[in-house]
Amino acid sequence: MAEGVPAEGPAGDEPSPAPPAVVPGFLSQTVRIAAKDLSIEWKSREILFTSGFLAVVVVLVFSFAFVVGGTPPPSTVVAGILWVAILLSGVVGLGRAFDRERDGEAVRALLLAPISRTAIFFGKLSATVALMLTVEVPVTILVDVFFNARLAGHAGRIALFLGLGTIGFATVGSVFSAALLRSKSRDVLLSTLLYPIVVPLLIAGARGTAQVLDVAPDLDAATFWTQFMAVVDVAFLVVGLWAFEPVITGE
Amino acid sequence: MTLPAAAAGSSTARAPLEVSHVGKVFGRRRALVDVSATMRPGEITAILGPNGAGKSTLLSIVATLSAATSGTVSWGEVELRRNSPHRASLGYVGHEPGLYLDLPALDNLLFFASLYGVVDAPARSRALLDRVGLGDVPSDAPVRTFSRGMMQRLGLARAILHRPSILLFDEPSAALDPAGVTWLATELAHERAAGRVVVLVTHDLDAAAALAEHIVILRRGRVVRDERRESAWGAAALRAAYDESCRG
Repeated sequence: MAEGVPAEGPAGDEPSPAPPAVVPGFLSQTVRIAAKDLSIEWKSREILFTSGFLAVVVVLVFSFAFVVGGTPPPSTVVAGILWVAILLSGVVGLGRAFDRERDGEAVRALLLAPISRTAIFFGKLSATVALMLTVEVPVTILVDVFFNARLAGHAGRIALFLGLGTIGFATVGSVFSAALLRSKSRDVLLSTLLYPIVVPLLIAGARGTAQVLDVAPDLDAATFWTQFMAVVDVAFLVVGLWAFEPVITGE
Repeated sequence: MTLPAAAAGSSTARAPLEVSHVGKVFGRRRALVDVSATMRPGEITAILGPNGAGKSTLLSIVATLSAATSGTVSWGEVELRRNSPHRASLGYVGHEPGLYLDLPALDNLLFFASLYGVVDAPARSRALLDRVGLGDVPSDAPVRTFSRGMMQRLGLARAILHRPSILLFDEPSAALDPAGVTWLATELAHERAAGRVVVLVTHDLDAAAALAEHIVILRRGRVVRDERRESAWGAAALRAAYDESCRG
């Protein structure tokens, strides 16, 4: 037995003499949940490889279809390709977001722990956003290279669009992924439920990105779409926070 | 945030668990009807009954994972409701181990220890791994590679990691081999001797007979027998009580 540990047994392992436990604060809880997910993913790289591979295939297929004679397609098409790649790969990642809680019924142990459900939500959301962004960076570079999209010249705005789109997408996706935790058809249902709801984000992201990438960028329009995405994100977060606890507890 | 006093150790830590007039309705189906029982510390309570009797539903309510439609579950001065912060005083072992299968055993325990704020987490986790016979398992082996019995052992370690005052078991021996069942019985007796409230939902009458002093038999969501003895019931007595209660 390790040194310093109370002796196991009728006397030493009684509930009453246990050292007073100090439950971590909200932020710490959130970080621990996210760190656990990222640690598991770092070891398996399952989500990164599958969603990244899908995104690259999508970009490659579109590049063969739209780049004719070395002439890249218009900015509206390039923006659409980027967002379709992100959307498709994101669903793959979200589909696996709660698999680790389902396998072995880890979710039950997690719900029994004296931590906030909101911390679980933000922890899962943070990890999902981090994984999606990790895939999006190389995919965006790939789009830039294949379609000569001049993304680097507007890196800040593109990053803002991707960040806002990813947060909104992951918010809705996390709630649905939790809701479908116990469903056998979750892979099919997730896409079916998720796509219609994130359409506003997809439209705003694609339109805003296209405005920025245009030969004559319309930055006012891009700003409008940025603000629109921020408002949608806030709405998704509010609804997500409200809905998460009932769906994760199944009541 | 410091855990509620009851969890950290107060008079409540030695209080009985009181289930009082608990009812649960799913749609139009009444899963539990006016269920009352008292589970004492230092005693093993076996909740028995045929399939669909409401055993797991009752345990889920006691575990604060599900809300009762009516009635209360209290422990000393505190009421255990769904999402109650006092759930830190509960340990739960179910059919499934409640673990992250992609993490190694020690990482699982350290993760849950961090959520419970266990102050001596590394030492406590290693000690528990030794106790449940997993101390020599390769440290990088994910739980997914464990046998069912090893997972259940680790599940028990996870459940008692934070030194809970109340331990809840839902068919913990369902997937265990005979040696595993024997080991689990020893652990349950150990927890009883430690003064915990131990509640066991099971179909295994032999296991319940060998361990439980207190039996609560449910049938169609109602308590049809609530009886305790000075020592474990014994197979013949429990079988007779069960058959008599569930007849008809």
